Amino acid sequence: MANRRTVDARGSFCPGPLMELIAAMKMAEVGEEIEVLSTDKGSATDIPEWIKKVKHEYMGTEEKNGVWHVLVKKTH
Amino acid sequence: MSDRISIMVVTGTLERLQMAAMVASVGAVSGNEVVVFLSMNALPFFRKGDASTPPAEGAMGKLLVSKKAPPFKQLFENAVELGDAKIYPCSMAMDVLGYQPKDVESYLGEPLGLTKFLDDAREGQVWSF
Repeated sequence: MANRRTVDARGSFCPGPLMELIAAMKMAEVGEEIEVLSTDKGSATDIPEWIKKVKHEYMGTEEKNGVWHVLVKKTH
Repeated sequence: MSDRISIMVVTGTLERLQMAAMVASVGAVSGNEVVVFLSMNALPFFRKGDASTPPAEGAMGKLLVSKKAPPFKQLFENAVELGDAKIYPCSMAMDVLGYQPKDVESYLGEPLGLTKFLDDAREGQVWSF
């Protein structure tokens, strides 16, 4: 199973969760998975758009108790 | 595909500075070449160490203060550090305010003239706030 790190951006508003994800992506190794936790619904839809635009692998989004979990794999 | 996004920021109100910072940061981290030009009432908020909150234009600005929105200066810095954006203070505004380059935040570039900004902004998207 690939290494996974979690970015806890709960409580932050757009584009805070995206910026926190990108900072974590810069530190991550290619192949690593990153899970972003966000309470901001806008970020839950915006982050997948960013992932597709910059061509990382979007692995899905789940909502649990008002927290969106967005999963991405760093591909380059 | 990379696009150029030129952003002119002249207003010293919270909503506009916040929106400009959002466009700059998201644009820059999405692979666009982002250039920000700071002038008029926007520039004093970029004096080194200035942590003052710009006045709100309306209810939204007041909400931004009470909620946990990322501070606009942090987003501009993110644009530079995470997305290689270039942020320039307007050379005219620097002169009028009596600022030296060392007086403004370190993530800003050297003062830029309008002629160069306009020339660079000929292609791509241009936004003003």
